[in-house]
Amino acid sequence: MTSVSTVIDSENRDEIAPVSAGDRDGPQDGFKETVGDIYHPRPRLTCRNVDVCYDNGAAHAIRNVSLDIGEMEVLAMIGPSGCGKSTFLRCLNRMNDTIDGCEVTGSIRLDGEEIYSKDLDVVPLRARVGMVFQKPNPFPKSIYENVAYGPRIHGLAANKAELDEVVESSLKRAALWGEVCDRLHQPGTGLSGGQQQRLCIARAIAVSPEVILMDEPCSALDPIATAKVEELIDELRKRYTIVIVTHSMQQAARVSQRTAYFHLGNLVEMDETDRIFTDPQHQLTEDYITGRFG
Amino acid sequence: MQPLLLLIVIAGLMGFGYYFGRSRSVSMAEGFGGSNRLHSLPAYYGFYAALWAGLPALALLVLWMFFQDTIITWLVIGSLPADLQDLPAERLNLLVNDIKNLATGNIVSSEITAPIQAAADRYNQLREVARTSIWTLAISLALISLVIARSRISPQLRARNYVEKTVINVLVIFSTIAILTTLGVVLSVFYESLLFFRKVPVSEFLLGTEWSPQIALRADQVGASGSFGSIPLFTGTLLVSAIAMVVAVPIGLMSAIYLSEYAGPRFRAVSKPLLEILAGIPTVVYGFFAALTMAPFIRSLGESFGLEVASESALAAGLVMGVMIIPFVSSLSDDVINAVPQSLREGSYALGATHSETVKKVVFRAALPGIVGGILLAVSRAIGETMIVVMAAGLSANLTANPLESVTTVTVQIVTLLTGDQEFDSAKTLAAFALGLSLFVITLILNVIALHTVRKYREQYD
Repeated sequence: MTSVSTVIDSENRDEIAPVSAGDRDGPQDGFKETVGDIYHPRPRLTCRNVDVCYDNGAAHAIRNVSLDIGEMEVLAMIGPSGCGKSTFLRCLNRMNDTIDGCEVTGSIRLDGEEIYSKDLDVVPLRARVGMVFQKPNPFPKSIYENVAYGPRIHGLAANKAELDEVVESSLKRAALWGEVCDRLHQPGTGLSGGQQQRLCIARAIAVSPEVILMDEPCSALDPIATAKVEELIDELRKRYTIVIVTHSMQQAARVSQRTAYFHLGNLVEMDETDRIFTDPQHQLTEDYITGRFG
Repeated sequence: MQPLLLLIVIAGLMGFGYYFGRSRSVSMAEGFGGSNRLHSLPAYYGFYAALWAGLPALALLVLWMFFQDTIITWLVIGSLPADLQDLPAERLNLLVNDIKNLATGNIVSSEITAPIQAAADRYNQLREVARTSIWTLAISLALISLVIARSRISPQLRARNYVEKTVINVLVIFSTIAILTTLGVVLSVFYESLLFFRKVPVSEFLLGTEWSPQIALRADQVGASGSFGSIPLFTGTLLVSAIAMVVAVPIGLMSAIYLSEYAGPRFRAVSKPLLEILAGIPTVVYGFFAALTMAPFIRSLGESFGLEVASESALAAGLVMGVMIIPFVSSLSDDVINAVPQSLREGSYALGATHSETVKKVVFRAALPGIVGGILLAVSRAIGETMIVVMAAGLSANLTANPLESVTTVTVQIVTLLTGDQEFDSAKTLAAFALGLSLFVITLILNVIALHTVRKYREQYD
């Protein structure tokens, strides 16, 4: 870990201001550079000049994105389909490593530590940066085993009693305990869609991550289940930093403190959520929010 | 040749019917204001007419081919002199055979008498009549049906519904044929087994530990008691199959996991077809590989350790059979592992699991029912395998669990019981059917269990 910081210190990345995309690729669809405020006073994740290419450089999915994600905040990422917000989210826990031909450049740091450094082990990184997916994906195991999976592989519980406690508290924090406490040993796949998604959230928080990434967590859920998950996100904010990708602008407005608007792989605008939705600075943001496209 | 030509003519008529029905519907529709007034698309009227032209004639042809010979034979027998007609059934059968052979110019077993010559002539004459009449009947039936179809075609005719219903019925008929064939095979084996169990009690067959299927031809023959205890055969089968599975399951499963989870795309592109080549080698080739290469190798290896190994050992047959089954296990497991949704893997990675933890605890676990199903299918394959064991496992029915000794299997015994000159009503030959029936029951049970587990697995993700 120390070697990582020396590498970064020697490059002195902190001093480097974000380069604007317009200088490098030329303007795209009215985009010149990010407007608003990308900085946060107490950042957990700092991303600078992140570029993502698929198919060994054939498709440019993210262009020169720089932003901060602060402590105990909910950051919403919005934008039309294919704008790269999910791709960017998956960069934050190196989930893109599992895709062949995907290349990430630039700098992403978690608490000052470069996560794309060669010396960094992705396994503990992913334990620190949890993720909830668009489609609920419980393992084909019991509800209990689903939640206990993470603590088991990381050895977080010394004995059965401790493990029981972790499972119970995670399920409680995911607001699922009351619904499943009497059938913990039935398959997780037998739950309803909304319950499955909350099970996946419980599974993610069972390993005590510091950051939780959510990739459209409510897109497969009905409004009641969505409301429950949103309540849960609000609750989780007290302990975790949360990044949420969403297609619903109402959801972004309800749950987040800051919002980033992506368009064609560019970060167009980023600011306080209230400000983005009431007083967008960029024409593209305004068009999207007012429903003129996307 | 003759029916084939007739089939081609009927097909030609069907083609004509299609064209005819189609153009008729179009021309009729014009009188009503365009082809959008038709109930169905014009092509359906074409198919409608084609089906009318073809199906009745084809049905007639099939029935005719089924019954022609029976009816002609019956007529020929009817024309025989009374003293020949009164012969017992078996002799009459022989006589009819002679008549047919004479008629077709084959060698005749008995001497040719005048009545037989006359009957043969009559047989040939009747066949000639039958040939002409089927041509006339089939073609006129097709033409008559075409005329009926023509009178029925109108814009209101629900041609599509009729055509689709007919197609469904044709599909039902074909699937029934497949099922009936299976049923027929099973029933005939079952019937012969019943004959066997009339001679040998079921308890002896199932519980006896000695197998020596020799029946005395003469009362004073030595050492030919005949005992039909099938236990040594089934233990032999189990032993060889177990050795085969011990080889095939770990190798097949490990290679499937490596290929689907770890191997790069280039390696996979080369090695998967190579593995599947193993499945393409004829079992007889495996057989002589086992008998000529593997068995002597194992024997000399055993001798160097001071072990006594039979030259036809269960081990040699089992090992080679295992190699044969490897691609079976690996490609089935590979399919199942690939069917595990990527989202499950990502879910596991996102919790900080390593690749191997993910494979062991999530992917393997999710694929397990399918893998078990695949292995059970492989087991029933191993039990039914014949060629390798015939060549490499030997014929002596030893009741042993020692893989270095020679054993025999159920399939080997079936082959030896049924090859060569045999009378078909002795317990010896009938025993083959009883063995076949028990083998069939065992593999059927295994297959049912296997398919059930595979299906249960499928339900989880669809």
